[in-house]
Order: sequence, then C-alpha cells, then structure tokens
Amino acid sequence: MAYELNVNGVTMNADVDPDTPLLWVLRDTLGLVGTKFGCGIAQCGACTVHADGAPIRACMTPIEAIGDAKITTIEGASALEVGARVQKAWSELDVAQCGYCQPGQIMSATALLSQNPAPTDDDIDAAMAGNICRCATYVRIRAAIKRAAGQEA
Amino acid sequence: MGMITNITQGFSPSRRAVLAGGGAGGLVLAFSFAGKGAAADGPAKLNAYVQIAPDGIITIVSKNPEIGQGIKTSLPMLIAEELDVDWANVRTVQAGNDPQAYGRQFAGGSMATPLHWDQLRQVGAAGRAMLMAAAAADWSVDVASLTTEPGVVVHAASRRRATYGALAAKAATQTAPELSSLKLKDAANYRIIGQPIPQVDTAAIVTGQPLFGIDMRLPGMLYAAYEKAPVFAAKVAGADLAAAQAVKGVRKAFVVEGGTELDGLLPGVAVVADSWWAANKGRQALKVQWADHPTSSQSTPGYAGQARSLVAAKGGKSLRSDGDVEAALSGSAKTVEADYFYPFLSHATLEPQNCTAHFHDGKMEIWAPTQLPEPGRQLVAKTLGIAPENVIVHMTRSGGGFGRRLMNDYMVEAAWIAREAGAPVKLVWTREDDMRHDFYRPAGFHHFRGGVDSAGNITAWANHFVTFGEGEATARSAGMAATEFPAQFLPNYKLDVSMMPLGVPTGPLRAPGSNAIAFVVQSFIDELAHAGGVDPVEMRLRLLAQSSGGAFDAERMAGVVRLAAEKARWGKTTLGPRQGQGIAFHYSHLGYFAEVAQVAVAQDGTVKVEKVWVAADVGRQIINPLGALNQIEGSVIDGISEMFGEITIKDGQVEQANFDTFPLLRIADAPVIETHFIKSDNPPTGLGEPALPPVVPAVTNAIFAATGKRVRSLPLKASELAAG
Repeated sequence: MAYELNVNGVTMNADVDPDTPLLWVLRDTLGLVGTKFGCGIAQCGACTVHADGAPIRACMTPIEAIGDAKITTIEGASALEVGARVQKAWSELDVAQCGYCQPGQIMSATALLSQNPAPTDDDIDAAMAGNICRCATYVRIRAAIKRAAGQEA
Repeated sequence: MGMITNITQGFSPSRRAVLAGGGAGGLVLAFSFAGKGAAADGPAKLNAYVQIAPDGIITIVSKNPEIGQGIKTSLPMLIAEELDVDWANVRTVQAGNDPQAYGRQFAGGSMATPLHWDQLRQVGAAGRAMLMAAAAADWSVDVASLTTEPGVVVHAASRRRATYGALAAKAATQTAPELSSLKLKDAANYRIIGQPIPQVDTAAIVTGQPLFGIDMRLPGMLYAAYEKAPVFAAKVAGADLAAAQAVKGVRKAFVVEGGTELDGLLPGVAVVADSWWAANKGRQALKVQWADHPTSSQSTPGYAGQARSLVAAKGGKSLRSDGDVEAALSGSAKTVEADYFYPFLSHATLEPQNCTAHFHDGKMEIWAPTQLPEPGRQLVAKTLGIAPENVIVHMTRSGGGFGRRLMNDYMVEAAWIAREAGAPVKLVWTREDDMRHDFYRPAGFHHFRGGVDSAGNITAWANHFVTFGEGEATARSAGMAATEFPAQFLPNYKLDVSMMPLGVPTGPLRAPGSNAIAFVVQSFIDELAHAGGVDPVEMRLRLLAQSSGGAFDAERMAGVVRLAAEKARWGKTTLGPRQGQGIAFHYSHLGYFAEVAQVAVAQDGTVKVEKVWVAADVGRQIINPLGALNQIEGSVIDGISEMFGEITIKDGQVEQANFDTFPLLRIADAPVIETHFIKSDNPPTGLGEPALPPVVPAVTNAIFAATGKRVRSLPLKASELAAG
C-alpha cells in the first residue's frame, strides 16, 4: 500500500503493509535510523518521534494511523527551536553513555519543553517516565532539561 | 527508496588498512612500519594509531569497542596528551578487529585504563619524538634543543617553529624510538588528561546519526529474524515453513540445525525478508515443533529446593578453611545464621542483539556490536568452516554492553543466515528474543553462620555457597574466589561450595561475581555489627584493620569508607521515621569503592533511594572527569535498578520477555548522587564496573536502618517491607 508521509518537513513515499509500524518505515524504508528499536511494546521510548508536535511511540504506531500528521524525528530535531536547544544542552553536559536511548530522550524532552517551558522536577518525571536509559544517565538527563529550560541549578 | 547508510566510514577494511598498516604484533605498537608509503601531500602515518594531515588535523585510532564506557574518547586522550596536540584538532576513528596491530581488543573487566595508561601515552610520546627528530634534521640542530607546544615543534634558540602538519611526512620516515627512551610528561603539565572532555560521538548521538550495529545498511541488504527454542538448545523437530514463506516480502525461510554449545549457533528457524517487519511477520507465522530437551523440567522453585537440600546436607566442597570456625562459633557471645538469595538477571542492553553479515568473494564480512570481536571471528570461522583469515569483523558502536556482548552468538547466527541467504543480511533480535536468550547473571544461594564476641568483634565466618555447575566445572560467572573478602581478614573463616546443574546460559554481567557477592557479604557484616552492638562503619573499619594479606589494600579501602561516612554525615544526620542510611564497600576491578545510601521506605513498603554518596579510589589520575562521573552515576543507578527485577525459570524457559515484566529503573526513581575521589598514589584504574557492587548492600543496609527489616533475598518486595 502506498503512503505519502511528511517527515521532517519533507514529503516521502513508502509502499508498505498498513500494519507496518512507523518505526520500521522510518528505519528500513526511509533510511532514517536515528529513531531506535528497543522493545516493540511502547515500554522503553527509544522510538519516540513527534506527530504534530506530540510525542508518540513509533514502534506501536501503524503507518495507516499516521494520516496527515507531520512527523518529526531526531534527524529533524535541530530544525525546531526547542529541539536545537535540547540537543545543545545534551552536548554540553555530555549526557550520553552508549547513546542508544538518547534520540528518544531528546524527542520526549523537546515535546515537554515545547508544551511547558519551565517544568518542575515532577513535570520532568512525568514527561520522561516512558523513556528508559539502560546506562542510567538520568542525573544528566534531568540536568540537561533544566539547562535547556534556562533554569540552571 | 532509502539511502545507503554509511556507518562503515572509519572502520571499513580499506580505511583500516590506511590507518593500521600491518607489521609488528602485540599491543606494543607497530612502529616498525612507520612512514611506509606516506605521501608528501597527504596524511602521514606515524604509527598504528596516529596519522597527521598537512593541515594539522590529527587522526587517532581507538582500538577497543565502544559500548558506552567512553573508551573512544579516553584512550585517544592518552595519545593526544603525549603527542602534545590540541584536542580540538583531534579526530578519532574506531579500529577494525586487528589484533596484529592492536593486540587484544575488548571491552571487559574495566581493563582498558590499567592496560593502556602507560602504553598509549608512550604511543603519543613516540609520535612526538619522531616529529621532533624530523625538525632536528630539517634545521640541523640537536633534537635535545627542541621543545613542543600543542601541534608545533619549537627551536627556541633560533626562534624557529614548524607545525606537526608540515613535519608529518618527514616524521613518518623517522625510525621509531625505543619506548624506554621516552620521557613522559609530568602530570602537572597535562593539557588534555584530567580535563572534562565530551565523548567524540556526542554530536552524532544527539542528532541521530547512524552509529550502532543496528543502523548498518548495505546495498541489496535483506533482513532476518531467527526463532529459537524457548528451552535452551532444544532442536527443531519439525517446522512448517509455508505460512512464513507466504508472507509478503519474505524471501526465504529455513531450518538451521545448529549445535548444542549455548554460546554458539543454536538450532532454530530463520526467516529472511525485504524488511525486518516482513521477516518478523513471517517468523510469527511459523509453526515449529521443538524436540524434548533434558533441561525442560528445570525451574526457579526447583533450584531453591535443591539449594535448601544442599545446605541442609552440609556437604559442600571446601574452598577455604582458616582457623577453627566451629570452635569459634561455639565460643561466641552471639551467633547469626542467615540464608541469602539473589536471582538471575538479564543484561537488557537497550540495543537488542543484532549483526549484519555479507558473504562475498569467499570472505565473510561482519559488522557487529561486540565487546569481543576476535573470539567472534574465530567462532564464525569454526562454525561455518571458513578460514579465520577470511572472516572480517568490523566493530560498531554498541547500544550498551554490560557483558552481554562478550558472547557472539548473534554474530554466528547472522553469518550463517547470510551465507544461506546469498545476500547481505541484517539480523535483528526482538526484545523478547534478547531477554529470553541472554547469558544471565547467575542466581545464587548463601548460607551464612557468623559470631561476635562480647566486644562485638567478629569471631567466625562461614559461608556455604550454593551455585550452578556440574562436576568440577562451575557455570560461567557463577564462581567465587577463595580470596574474596573477608577471607584473610578473620582468623576463623571458611567457604564451602555446592553446585547444581543448570540448563540456562549464564555469563558476566557488569561487575560479574561482585554484583552479587557484595550484596551478601556486606549485608552479613551488617547483621553481625547489629548483633554485636557495633556501628556498621566502625565494624568495617575494625575488619579492615585486621588484614593479613587479603585481596586488596585494606588501607585504601579504609580511606574510602571513612570518606563516604564523612560526606554522608554518618551518624550525625537527623533522619525521619522509616528513613535510614546504610554503608557498604567493595573492591573489584582494581577499584576501591565505599557508598552510603539514604532511603525512605513508605508505609506500603515502597523503597525510595534518596541519595547515594560515593567515595572512590581509582588511583592518582582521573583521565576524563566528565566520563568518570557518568560511569559512576550510571553504575550506582544500574545497581539499584537490579534490585527490582528478576529472571525466573519455568519448564526450562525464561518467564520474562520484555520491560513490562523485567522493569528497569526510570528517571523518577534515580537518586541524587554525590561522588568524591581519593587521589591515591597508584596508577589509574577503570570505572566501568567497580562503583556498582557496593550500592546494593548499601541500600539493603539502609532499609534495615529505616525499618528493622533485613533484606536477605532479592528482588526487593514491598509487601515484605510494609509497616506493621
């Protein structure tokens, strides 16, 4: 089945089965491998992308459910004002260890700060609860979100 | 559509050939081929690790696999420091698997720092010496009259200066110096070592660039899914492949006979398709019958029952017996007897196991996230009947390692499937595959007996350890050393071991052995401290003062114990109801760590770790403080996370399959962590692992302080810690 998608502001075409998760369309069909596969059941958040600015788990979102939504992936995050700020904070604090979860973390953090420019610790806990970091870089993830929000400790 | 993702840049064979050359073996530094073929206008290679371009850009090879421990940054830092260059002008590239040029290449045992601290500084110093020799020849001056500034050789007397870029081609033709002739920098003059330097791949990570094994793409690449028996190593008795082959996009489905070695190619059914999603759908359509297997009756309750019987029979094999434990126990003022248990654990690297393989021109070329490439190459060669020289392994960045990728089972699967498929193939495991086909941290049982005298000093210590193995062979990572603390710190000490057979693969998980042993040993010390009415910090310092040899330097350990207690304001902090502090220490991977945990236990038994103070002694120099702190914080949280999950066995199969049943700690539960280093006059050692073990008993000891309930079995169960 042929689908036309808007990914990072670019129209892209994919001919895949309707039940194919967006994650695999991005990674295997469109070659955008920044979005990661971690669990396949929306438990780890490694596959987090934005649909019209809202964070979704691409591993459980079938392509047929995307419709006209504008998809933003980690490859397109720099084009968002907040996304670029989050990436900069992530770089400055050198948040990553292995780095595998960080695209998903950054997309969740970008969605949070886009909605809520001055999040509390509880807001951060709630917004980031769906993103596992197996290397457990949580201390720096929290610090980087605060830095990106301009609320340096 | 779709682009070809070139993650091979930096570790393709051609590029590797440019960077690594061939020649002298061993870690020590193939200087002998320096300069061969260096072009006057191109980059010049000074040795196997260093290449300098005319514009002054320095390319430094990182020899070991990067799994998140930061080695791709910290090892090149050692070279760059002694080469004397600006870090801003350094580019690093990942080495290929090339033991001839680089010696052993692996990520394990927190060994990279101790193994390379001297050697890689010498690599840099040797390169600097060659650059100075080139300048001395150009200027007809004595090399001893030259100095360097970052990237520049200077002759102060004549005020002449030459950049490394200008000198590189000539430097590459110089004879490599004798390592013994090299004078290394005084630490006071370091410009790079000791600086907080971000990982070299940070920009690529935060922008989602292809880096990991799973990101690999090749022209014409197909995708594979591989179904194995839920009971480990069970054979395929029958398989209906038609339904899988009928799935759109599936190219091929076939049975792999496989073998019986748990870390080799296990039997299964492969499905190869145009996309991974199609391969996985095809796999789900398979109907496979698995042969009966002798381990299919094993279970977690079964192991526990056998362990109880073995403890009751008191028939363990003696690993150590010092003094007279029985006499000392009967003469003790108080005795404590306790059974401890810790479960199997999964590594759960966030990047599931995967590997890309391409059999072409008689060669098997492999791109793998692996911690141990060379044994993987040998496994592939042996299993597929290919000469080892025709197997090429490229190391990709790994999305976590934790010991899982010391095994190369997924590598041999990908190689076998790719050859059978006749195309480049990327094999990707599901999370469920990953969790149900791991090499688990072994579960273990410890029956302790201990005593204290009227002054609260420990009189005797007996540990009957029940673990897994058969005959003389302990299951992988399931052993315990006869030198393990508190051996040689107590006159009356004994360690006995009993084993039971296991059909489940086991292997090293971050701080193997230590991640379990620290829990039981440091908890039982706490039990004896409370029995003797002695403060837990004081009890540890008393024990450490009694060293009669032992596996580590007791004074260094006492130093971190005192520091952790001081920083946590041990005994001086006002704590609320059901709030408590606990302390523990552990020596592993050459590192000395003591940690104090502060916990609050809710009425319903939910444990919240509020803060952890870490005191560490890993020698005189922290190479990269930014990476060092990250490793320690990650280790501490990893250890806490491991207290909440378990892998259980039923009918010979793993019951958990994903993060819904094997939870990992999330951001809200991460404690505040405060780290303090003691810079002792010892060579620097690694930080990938040793911060993890003490946090587990620090937390359980804190739970005791908060609730009076002693945790003797993991995972933590709120129902057992609830008030009342």
